[in-house]
Order: sequence, then structure tokens, then C-alpha cells
Amino acid sequence: MKPARILADLKIVIRSYLRNPVALFFSLIFPIILIGLFGAIFSASGSSAAPLAVENFDHNSPTSVAFLAALNNTSLVQITMVGYPASSFAADLGSNGFSAGLIIPTGFQSAFLNHTSVNLTLFANPTSAAVAGQAEYVITGVANGFNLRAACGSQTCAPVIRIPAPENIGSQVYTYIDYLIPGLIGFSILTSPMFSMVDIASSYRKEGIFRALSLTPLTKSEWLLSRIIWYVALTFVTAGIMIGVGAGLFHAHVELNAGLLPFLVLGPFLFVSLGMLAGTVAKTPESAALIGNIITFPMMFLSGTFFAVSAFPAYLQPVAKVLPLYYVIDGMDQVMLFSNTTRALFDVAVITTLAAIIFALAVRFFQWRDVE
Amino acid sequence: MANAVEVQGLAKRYGGLYAVDHIDFSVQAGTVYAFLGPNGAGKTTTTEILEGLRKRSDGTVRVLGLDPWTEGYALHLRVGVIPQDFRFFEKITPKEAIEYYGSLFATRPDPAALLEQVDLGDKANSRYDTLSGGQKQKLGLALSLTNNPEICFLDEPTTGLDPQARRSIWEVIRRLRREGRTVFLTTHYLEEAELLADQVSIIHHGKIIAAGTPAEIIKSHGQPERLVFQAGPPLADYLRRTLGVSATSHDGRVEVPLESSRDAVRVLASADSSGLPWDGFSTQQDTLEDVFVRLVGPMDDGALKTEEVR
Repeated sequence: MKPARILADLKIVIRSYLRNPVALFFSLIFPIILIGLFGAIFSASGSSAAPLAVENFDHNSPTSVAFLAALNNTSLVQITMVGYPASSFAADLGSNGFSAGLIIPTGFQSAFLNHTSVNLTLFANPTSAAVAGQAEYVITGVANGFNLRAACGSQTCAPVIRIPAPENIGSQVYTYIDYLIPGLIGFSILTSPMFSMVDIASSYRKEGIFRALSLTPLTKSEWLLSRIIWYVALTFVTAGIMIGVGAGLFHAHVELNAGLLPFLVLGPFLFVSLGMLAGTVAKTPESAALIGNIITFPMMFLSGTFFAVSAFPAYLQPVAKVLPLYYVIDGMDQVMLFSNTTRALFDVAVITTLAAIIFALAVRFFQWRDVE
Repeated sequence: MANAVEVQGLAKRYGGLYAVDHIDFSVQAGTVYAFLGPNGAGKTTTTEILEGLRKRSDGTVRVLGLDPWTEGYALHLRVGVIPQDFRFFEKITPKEAIEYYGSLFATRPDPAALLEQVDLGDKANSRYDTLSGGQKQKLGLALSLTNNPEICFLDEPTTGLDPQARRSIWEVIRRLRREGRTVFLTTHYLEEAELLADQVSIIHHGKIIAAGTPAEIIKSHGQPERLVFQAGPPLADYLRRTLGVSATSHDGRVEVPLESSRDAVRVLASADSSGLPWDGFSTQQDTLEDVFVRLVGPMDDGALKTEEVR
């Protein structure tokens, strides 16, 4: 492997890219549009609190009250205590115009104190996704904070009653845009290399460009690495744009730290390789596009890009966890929002392993020359 | 002199069909070798096997002493190749392309000089997607020279080029030969092979059906030199009777095959003394194209073209 050859190839990649206005548009303007659009939609609803109907079956136990107080302190939900019976709760929410509801079950406090699991029941009106989504995020965020506290499980832990204190769940209260930024960065880490690599893998083969390159000393790994370097650079630019626009226009709270770097490097590494592998498996550009879409689309929506995976129905959550992008976005969430280093490190380990395997497979299976 | 290419029993099978059917040939170093054949004869398959772009089914192949498939990486440092239908990155200019190849091969080519050689100097800074077909071919040729190759594989380098562009490529091929490099050329243009090649092979249905210098091929597969009169059958009869030659007559022409050019004098003298009417005469000799058409048969439109036709 020679750096000079990677550099030479990288120059070609950069020039090709910068001279292609469409590619440039999609890489740089698209993230701005995306964050602008979602930011405008959700910050509008975020400025007014989402109405949330709550039924507390734990009979105002201190823990449940603390939990509701924490929700209330976010000022992102406007809690209304309702008295609907559990059997018709969902129907009553609908007829009273609520888009989101929450049931705190009997035994919430004892379960929490005894470290046994307890299910909150969330209700969301799918036709008011913005409001419901906002409520879900806030509840999830607060629940995460409680769970972190409960998980310490030792005598030195603070009393449960102090859980709503802001420092327990991170530095601040989250808005939807805060969650959206790691999600959208993940979205562009996925889509930008995947779509173009799938296309390149099949069209370069069809046009004979790979054959021409096979006659030079450039190796397949060098060729792939120069693409990876380019997409890492592009990811830094798009992430910068998204964070800048999110913070500047929509007052997103983003914690920038070095922990973000592994995800901005490993993410493109993984998806450039995966795109190449997908394009290699396909025989024609048409089937390549199809295979690319089959891989990309579920990941685009099920990895926590637009909505937190924890807000998914239970049967979908395991699906999310087999998708590589989930670990990229989860990792960035941990780093940018929750300061949960342990979990971020776990995500880094998963992505590194996947990236190494997929890179090796892509180099192994992608052929410069025709064996037939 | 050593052979730059050695091929023995080379075969390429697709399913039950042989695209290349156990052929043998060798190319002497420092010569121009032309590989001729109609479309689908096995030309490009053979060339791609020699270049290391395609795996052979059978036989042995050595290019500069190396196996092109298993030792392709080492071989490619020493050979220059224009694949058929050469394509490159659309937004890159010829100058950048040469710098790119120079970096990959760790050579330091002078882009301006190299592009001038292939008559592409004025397009040095035009993007690839704005070049004409001929200009793209010329860029392919320039790129195949960036590593200072010992042998160049040029697969139909002049197809689709205008006569002037074709001549500039011929000039490059002549110069490569003068510099002691080997050139392996496939072409549709028989005139091109006749002008440039030291050795020619004609491949048809995967088999080599004729090989040698252009003159040798014409001699062994073509009709002998002949004297042609504008005259009627009586002159043919007269010449047959008096000289015992196999003169033939058709369409107001009389043709007399010649053993040697000196025979022409004897035939002309006899015709002059015959008292029979005849008008102008000429000597005719088969070209490589005549031989090719005789061996391979007339081909589809586009498969066989000459300079004049273009």
C-alpha cells in the first residue's frame, strides 16, 4: 500500500466531485435542506409544549411525581392529569383531542427502587407525529435519566427524589432538534457514500474503468481507501453544516467533543465499503441500484435517524439493532447528548468490527478484471 | 532476438464454444505485430488474455517472460495497454490523467510532451467528457505510454478516427518501434497492418488461418501478379496459343498471370505482334485486403474498412 497512489487517486476523486454540480449539491445543500426542514417543522412545535395526557396509577408515589415533575421541567410537554379508565384510555385520548398520552402503572415506585423492570405505556397519535414524537422524546429522555440513576444500584447513589435535577440526565433539557442532529448526521453518513458507491461499483465496471485501472499499480484497497478518505472529509463538512445550522438557527444544544470523531471516521468507512460490496454483488447497474435501495432504505428510517429507536414499537427495536447505522447514531447520541462513554465505546467497537469485516469482503469480492 | 510474447496452445472456452481455439504464435521483441480478424474472431479475447485482463482456459502464455494472469501486477509495470473502448473519469482532463498515471506508476511523464506526441496538445486542459471519440483514443494511447513500456498492446487504436488522427497514431507506432519497443496491434484496417506491421496473423473462428510478413501472406494466399489488358477474348486465345500462358478474358479485360515481372515484357511483345486490338495495360498484385477477403469472406458493414472508404 503506497500513500502516494492513494493521494493521486484521492485527487482524481476530489476533482471529479467538485466538477460535478449535482453531486456537490446533494452532498452540501441537501443536509442544509434536511436540517432546515426538520428544524423548522419541529422547532415550531417545540416552541410550544406538546400536550400530554397522563394517568398516574401509582397513586402519586414520590417517584412517579418526581418523574412527572421532570417531564414538566423540560417545558416541552404540557401535562394534563386525566381520569380516563385504562380500558378506554386510547379512545378517550382521541375523543378529547390528545396526540400523546402516558400511563404510569401501579408499582412504578417499588419497581424502580427494587431495580425490577416496569413498563410505562405511551400513546401516540400517528397523524400528529410531530407532537407525539416530541412527547415521546421527552419521556424517553427523562426515563433514560432515571434509568441511569437506578442502574448505579449502590449506596452512594443519590436518593430517588433528587432524580429530576438536571445534572442527572446530562447538561440540559433536550429538544427534538437535539436528537435530530446526530440522526441526520447519521443519515448523511449512510446515504451519501452508499448511493454513490453502489452506482460507481457497477458503472465503472460496465464502462471498463476498473479494467483500465487494473492495468496500473493501483490496488483495490488503495482505490477504496481514497474513496473512504473523501467521504470522511465530506462527512466532517456536512456534520459541521448540520451542527452549525442546528445550533445557529434552531438553538440546538450540541456538545462537541473528540468522542464524535470515531463515528465521523468509522461511519463513512463502513458505508463506503458496504456500498462497494453491494455494487459488486450486483451484475448490472439496475440491479445495483435495487440492492443499494434494499440495504439503504430500512436503515434510513429504522436506525434512529428521525425518531429514537426507543420510541419504536417493541417488535421493531430488535430490527434496528441489527442495522449498522443504529450503532453510529446511537454512539453519536451517547457522545453528543448523554455523555455515556461506556455505551459509546461499545458502539465504536461494534462499528469498527463491522467496518473491518465489510471492507475486507468488499476488497475480496470486487474484481477489477473479468474472471470469465 | 528474444520473443516478447510466446503463446502455445492458447484456448478460451465459453460454455462449449471456443472463442480462441488452441493457437500458437510468438512476437519478436522490437517488432510490430498485427493481429487481424473479423468481429468475433477472437482478436480481443486473445489480446485481453495477453494483457492479463482475461483468464485463459488452456495453453501457456508468456509476455516478457511473465504469466499475464498470475503475474499481472509485475507485468503491468512493464506494458502499456489501450483497452478496446477505452473510458476514463469524465471530469478529468488529459493533463491530469497523465499526472495521475505518472503518480500510480511512480514515473514522471511530461504531460505536455506526451500529449503533443499523440496530437492532443491542444486538448490538454479539456475535460474527458468533452473530447471526441478519436481524442479519447489518443488519450488512451498517451496513458499507455506513461510507464515507458517495453511492449504496447493497442486494441484497435485507430477505430473511428479521421485520417489525419490515424496518421498521427501511425507515427507514434513507428516511433515506438524505432525506440526498440514491441507493439501488439489489433486492427480492422488492413492497410494499417500492411503499412506498419513486421508480422501479421489473421484469426478467424478462433484459429490462426494465416501468419507471416504481409508479403509472405500475400504470396502464399493471394493470386500471383498479373498483367491486365483492356481487350477482348481473341487476344486471350492468341496468348494462350502462342505463349502457353493461362490467359483469361472477362468484362472486356484479359488477365495473364505472371511468374515474374520480367514475363510481362514477353507477354506485351506477343500482344503487340498479334495484330489484335488492345488498349491500355497494367500490372496488378493482391493487397493484404484482397487476401483477407478471400480467406475470411466479405464481412458485415463496418467490420472491414480501408483508409479510402473512410
